[in-house]
Amino acid sequence: MARKVLLDKAHIEGIRYYDTWRKNGGYAAVEKAFKMAPADVVEEVKKSGLRGRGGAGFPTGMKWSFLAKPEGVPRYLVCNADESEPGTFKDRYLMEFLPHLLIEGLIISSFALGSNRTYIYIRGEYAWIVDILEQAIAEANNAGFLGKNILGSGFDCQIYVQRGAGAYICGEETALIESLEGKRGNPRIKPPFPAIKGLWDCPTVVNNVETLAAVVPIINMGGEEYAKIGVGKSTGTKLISACGNINKPGVYEIDMTQSVEEFIFSDEYCGGIANGKRLKACIPGGSSVPILPANLLLKTAKGEQRLMTYESLADGGFATGSMMGSGGFIVLDEDQCVVRHTLSLARFYRHESCGQCSPCREGTGWMEKVLTKLEYGKGALSDIDLLWDIQRKIEGNTICPLGDAAAWPVAAAIRHFRDEFEWHVNNPEEAQKRNFGLAHYADPLEVAVG
Amino acid sequence: MAEEKKLFKVTIDNISVDVEPGTTILMAARKIGGDVVPPAMCFYSKLQGSGGKCRTCLVRVAAGSTADPRPMPKLVASCRTAVMDGMVVENITNPAVLEARKGVVEFLLLNHPLDCPVCDQAGECDLQDLSYGHGDAGTRYEFKRRTFERIDIGPYIQLHMTRCILCYRCVYTADQVAGQREHGVLDRGDHAQIATYIQKSLESPMIGNVIDVCPVGALTDRTFRFKNRVWFTKPVDAHRDCPHCKGKTRLWMRGDHVLRVTARKDQWGEVEEWICNECRFEKKKVSDWVIEGPTQVDRHSVINAGHYTNAVKPNEFFTKVLDGRKPKLLLDIHTVSDVNKVDLNLLPGPATGATFNGNPQATGNNTTDVKKGAGKNLAGTDSTNPNTP
Repeated sequence: MARKVLLDKAHIEGIRYYDTWRKNGGYAAVEKAFKMAPADVVEEVKKSGLRGRGGAGFPTGMKWSFLAKPEGVPRYLVCNADESEPGTFKDRYLMEFLPHLLIEGLIISSFALGSNRTYIYIRGEYAWIVDILEQAIAEANNAGFLGKNILGSGFDCQIYVQRGAGAYICGEETALIESLEGKRGNPRIKPPFPAIKGLWDCPTVVNNVETLAAVVPIINMGGEEYAKIGVGKSTGTKLISACGNINKPGVYEIDMTQSVEEFIFSDEYCGGIANGKRLKACIPGGSSVPILPANLLLKTAKGEQRLMTYESLADGGFATGSMMGSGGFIVLDEDQCVVRHTLSLARFYRHESCGQCSPCREGTGWMEKVLTKLEYGKGALSDIDLLWDIQRKIEGNTICPLGDAAAWPVAAAIRHFRDEFEWHVNNPEEAQKRNFGLAHYADPLEVAVG
Repeated sequence: MAEEKKLFKVTIDNISVDVEPGTTILMAARKIGGDVVPPAMCFYSKLQGSGGKCRTCLVRVAAGSTADPRPMPKLVASCRTAVMDGMVVENITNPAVLEARKGVVEFLLLNHPLDCPVCDQAGECDLQDLSYGHGDAGTRYEFKRRTFERIDIGPYIQLHMTRCILCYRCVYTADQVAGQREHGVLDRGDHAQIATYIQKSLESPMIGNVIDVCPVGALTDRTFRFKNRVWFTKPVDAHRDCPHCKGKTRLWMRGDHVLRVTARKDQWGEVEEWICNECRFEKKKVSDWVIEGPTQVDRHSVINAGHYTNAVKPNEFFTKVLDGRKPKLLLDIHTVSDVNKVDLNLLPGPATGATFNGNPQATGNNTTDVKKGAGKNLAGTDSTNPNTP
């Protein structure tokens, strides 16, 4: 049984409410942290080796220490709850069932960073979670953990919840800041980084929900103790939202010692592939990261067993590896069509591109059109090379990582499943007629191809 | 003497230049000039916050600075990256940069209608120059391009979104020059559009400047639309006593007629002094202006074709080569020649075979570009087609 530090209280009835949370040891971390100096809290997080859980995996303690601290200028902490990556739903679970865990983490982090106004930027579609969070904030306010002079320390803090309007791009930290300021959610050009010039041109730290929640167990058990969980530089526990053709989809907390094979096939986690099918491929970290075929997923190119850690999933680079990403674990069984799957991802990125810089604005739409052609059996072999060339010209040439995120899945699909693309070209009639099970009756992708 | 400022030394394509701290790579390259200057479609040095969007100015930083000589992992937008002391930049010396730029040009042209033959911007279009200089001959795009309706935003400006490359320059201009912004970007992705929210008009007295900053023909001058091709008009610098702006403008003339008034642009195609709507749209008589003299136009510009400045004519060339002989040149075209006895100028329409076979008055049916009774146009011909004089 893996060790749980985030979801260990999730099974308790009424844990959503302050009284139950407090009875079960809630807000002890706040009391502990307020007896420490803010710099010591940052030091504790550094010691824990906690890495950003939003996708990039940047060490949180280091990000906090980059925060500029000029005199007389407010600093802000922003919680990135704009979780819109296809396949990722861990933050939703956390906020819906354990809102006080996030609030507690936010209070400690605000104290450590000196943020008197802390924002939760939440995805617009999570409307009901806004109510849950607002209630939790009100409860914490009544209990004296928020507001003026918290626990007699002289530190003021208030948390505000801001709803986004449903744009994926606003999960990018600078676009999130723009949106929070009330502007169009276009990513800013970096540098300057938010740690120097962020929200309203003040130093700002933007962290993922899970990252901030993980601060609570770090303070409770101490950074060094937390660092003992996990393998190597992948310390602590990670929430994985598993979905796709598996028996038990859902949010799981792993302590990063599991192998991918164990995670997919053990009854404790995904419970194997649904309907007795075989594993074909998997996207281990949310839709943006490269897809891996079953053989490379279970074992690295060197023949070692692949573990659910940042390092092991990225082993072999993009040629034979992938990324931990945000932990959206999408499993595909043998019946799934990679071309169709890639098309639906390309559609998503076309739709979500902000349209600011030209490679992403035009390239994502182009990729979608070429993939539509291929999927419906109207493509040529040269279209596969064209697709490769388009993604190569998008990747790395854009302002924000959305361009990369759009290019990587296409690149990986061609890299590992080129034969499937060629099958679509060589068997156009079959490609058009293929039955997609239930999706056949209400096919969302059915569009006229010219 | 004031204390001397520390200058940063930057090397761009093996050419070194000393610039002040805070300068961007693009501005440092402009200081060097010539081929090392990256093209810029969205960056405008006079507009705060512009740049970084079109990605045509991507360069590779081979060494970050003297203190930290590591190269930057990705190509960077030179218009928004500040120089460091000892920075080494590769622009046209790096094939990867040229390859990426070629890709960007292809992306920019993907949804562009390529209607240059009927576009008023043709001849002074940044996108035209860019695609000639850095693009491929053909396109690999085989799908329908996105299109929009043309919209008249106000009495003076027409917006043709189909041509737009979303450089955001006009948005910044409206914010920073016109003082009041009445338009912006709606929607996102490849269907993003410049729009006034539900077809309002732009009323600011300085808003005409958005036409000058537009790198393509998306924003055009309604008082000039289809009047003439820019290369048939002669640019002349002029000024007037204007209560709203400095009144320093450029008149685009055909004979004695002022067809169009724009602001003066420098060698990078950027406006020197913003001008007001009154100067731009209302003052179309020569008597309104004090003419300073002909504008110096870049010799390579299409506007300079058949122009009267900077033209270096090899006067003695032909006589020297011909050495006294006087052959008939093929270029020597007469309206009435020894071969045909028909004066083509007198025909009401285009000539056909019948014209030369005994029926010297017969013309073709295609008389669309002849407007009967409309009189001569400014060029002295009957043509209403903007492509022919």
